[in-house]
Amino acid sequence: MEQVHPQRKWQDYFSFSTDHKVIGVQYLVTAFFFYFVGGALAEAMRVELSTPDPDFVQPEFYNQLMTMHGSIMLFLWILPAGAAFANYLIPLMIGAEDMAFPRLNAVAFWIIPPGGIFFLSSFFVGAPQAGWTSYPPLSLVSGQWGEEIWILSVLLLGTSSILGAINFVTTILRMRIPDMDIHSMPLFCWSMLATSALILLGTPVLAAALILLSFDLIAGTAFFNPAGGGDPIVYQHMFWFYSHPAVYIMVLPFFGVISEVLPVHARKPIFGYRAIAYSSLAISFLGLIVWAHHMFTSGTPGWLRMFFMATTMIIAVPTGIKVFSWCATLWGGKLNLNSALLFGIGFLSSFLIGGLSGVMVASVPFDIHVHDTYFVVAHFHYVLFGGAVFGLFAAVYHWFPKMSGKMVNETLGRIHFVMTFIGFNLTFLPMHPLGLQGMNRRIALYDPKFQALNELVSIGSYLLALSTFPFIINIVWSVFKGKPAPRNPWRALTLEWQTASPPIIENFEEEPVLWAGPYDYGIDTESIDGDEEVEDMLAEVAGNT
Amino acid sequence: MKIPSNIVTLIAGITLTLISLWYGQNHGLMPIAASAEAAEVDGLFNLMMTIATGLFLLVEGVIIYSVIKFRRKEGDTTDGPPIEGNVPLEIVWTAIPTVIVFILAIYSFEVYNTLGGLDPMASHDHLASHNHHEMVAMDEGNSQLIAMNGEKVALGLGQSPYLEESSPLNVNVNGIQYAWIFTYPDTGIVSGELHVPVDRPVQLNMSGGDVLHAFWLPEFRIKQDVIPGRESQLTFTPTKVGQYPVICAELCGAYHGGMKTTLTVHSAEDYQQWLQDNTIAQTPNSEQLAVNSEQ
Repeated sequence: MEQVHPQRKWQDYFSFSTDHKVIGVQYLVTAFFFYFVGGALAEAMRVELSTPDPDFVQPEFYNQLMTMHGSIMLFLWILPAGAAFANYLIPLMIGAEDMAFPRLNAVAFWIIPPGGIFFLSSFFVGAPQAGWTSYPPLSLVSGQWGEEIWILSVLLLGTSSILGAINFVTTILRMRIPDMDIHSMPLFCWSMLATSALILLGTPVLAAALILLSFDLIAGTAFFNPAGGGDPIVYQHMFWFYSHPAVYIMVLPFFGVISEVLPVHARKPIFGYRAIAYSSLAISFLGLIVWAHHMFTSGTPGWLRMFFMATTMIIAVPTGIKVFSWCATLWGGKLNLNSALLFGIGFLSSFLIGGLSGVMVASVPFDIHVHDTYFVVAHFHYVLFGGAVFGLFAAVYHWFPKMSGKMVNETLGRIHFVMTFIGFNLTFLPMHPLGLQGMNRRIALYDPKFQALNELVSIGSYLLALSTFPFIINIVWSVFKGKPAPRNPWRALTLEWQTASPPIIENFEEEPVLWAGPYDYGIDTESIDGDEEVEDMLAEVAGNT
Repeated sequence: MKIPSNIVTLIAGITLTLISLWYGQNHGLMPIAASAEAAEVDGLFNLMMTIATGLFLLVEGVIIYSVIKFRRKEGDTTDGPPIEGNVPLEIVWTAIPTVIVFILAIYSFEVYNTLGGLDPMASHDHLASHNHHEMVAMDEGNSQLIAMNGEKVALGLGQSPYLEESSPLNVNVNGIQYAWIFTYPDTGIVSGELHVPVDRPVQLNMSGGDVLHAFWLPEFRIKQDVIPGRESQLTFTPTKVGQYPVICAELCGAYHGGMKTTLTVHSAEDYQQWLQDNTIAQTPNSEQLAVNSEQ
């Protein structure tokens, strides 16, 4: 306290810093870089698909674009972006100085930029073209070096993910301030516990599958190659054993974000804290036993399809609990419709569609029709863009004042929201009828009868691309010229708002005081104004020192 | 105040139900159904659309209503009511989805069984017992034993248990980059397009040579991967004469989008005509094959 708190210099953000806040920002900026790369690849695909003929890029190159788009968006955008908020927020939310293993944390981050650059370098030797699923035998016969780079990059990024998860679990379980028991910690921490469990259980299985695939590719073994007696279906099982949980790894952190953002801006307690907390764990557990629903038309016998249909459908129950609880949180509140809450509401309304179509594709007879069609493409973009990315933007607008010490421009934020919401729905809603009518996915050339809807989809995707400009302008402008943010601009109750914006090194002047639950909005508002309450408490904390 | 708001809720509920019921039947999202099984899948999809429409309207309605009704007034810094949960309500919205998915799972199971999905193994054995007389006496349920006897377990959709026994038209399908090749074992016809008669079960025995492919008939709502080294099958009974696309649905390389052909469903007479035209055009040993198939 006796010294002026030193702030981070800009050079620190380019160094091997062990400060979880620096690492969080490093993760986030890196993730956004790859978001723009992956988005550019998607736009190239949409230009190609605005006409039925393969006239913009060669079909081989289209498959490279498609593979790289999927892999980048999953492994280098949403996964690191979830880790970014986990890194930045967990220690602040539980009142800790840093993560449990700061150096491991830095190592986990610094695997990502070289891994990502290495991955992009595959374009120089012919990028992988077997899809992000890399099913053999196709992945064994369509460009050896591109495929090998894909395998090694995913192994690197998976390692980073495991190291991060170990840190999150340990920090959440061991480093909470003494007053905070597990049922009074913010829901974001619950969702990160569920996420980390999936990372730790799933990623090693993917690594094993990829190492064997690599032997098939380089050394001519035949683990998965039917030409040598191997079984390509075993690869699919091992791949999806990780990659279905990976969907929850990508979306659960943003379930947590929504549980933080909605109560603050609706000025109401979260509805059903325990139901939301435990439904995250239920999703995490069930998420481990649904993987073969990606294989309903593959080498799976009928009874197995029925088993995985049942487990998959049950996931609708905990997910439904969350969606209904979030709606009930909004109901009767005093909604401050700023950019953060708009993206939160955008999340709710878009993710709902992904959830409903998710129950549909769980049904085996229906999935047999729509598997590997644009219906599925629509479904998972409603989950991963409508869910994860909308949640991510809600998080950016909500915590930007804390991270940067500056307020964002709300007008630009709202323009960003409107453009994103319209562009997103225009891009992905028409994909549902396309798939149902008979358009398969991963194709550079298609039946001319689908052209009209595809043009609409392409226009939507251009709008989606444009929508990032108000965002970038807003963030850059706000970092340099934004209004200074107070320590608690939203009058929120979680601990990260009890310190300065941006937080000082090692987070808190004094150990923070847990004087209210994370969502105790509206409690005793007759006698004390919420704002004053925060001020009083802060004054008290400051006075004690 | 209490009674009118209840009536409004009731009216909203009835309207929502009616819209869902109507849209579930009239969404027009599926292509034509060219087989009885396709109509079964569409019935399932219609139910799912009905439920999804209802839930969509309910949740989006709540969100839109909240955004309009519960906006913070300018300068109001007070909080909303401190409602932290409602156990009966939470039980309701846990129980209702549970019941819904239970119903959908049972219905899906029924439809899948009708498609023949639970029986590709038995129907395969059935076929095998025709070919190999020693198999006839075998216990049909003892599929494991049969599998151990060197018979492969086929994957995919077999004969529907609800159809009366009729000998299906067997067609061997080979998927290669980037074409489908159809071989008619009864007549020896080899074709790049699939021709079948109307109202007779067709059984496709599928195998692949290079990479994974998936055989998809959108108008029949059926799809099955073609896996090198393994046999898979699809069984369907076309009910509408016409031409339908055959599409490869599993990424199989750069020209995956170009891997498609046509399924022509003929009337019985036209099919005989097509058989005749093509049998004559084929090689002389087709007679021999015909003799073989009678044995």
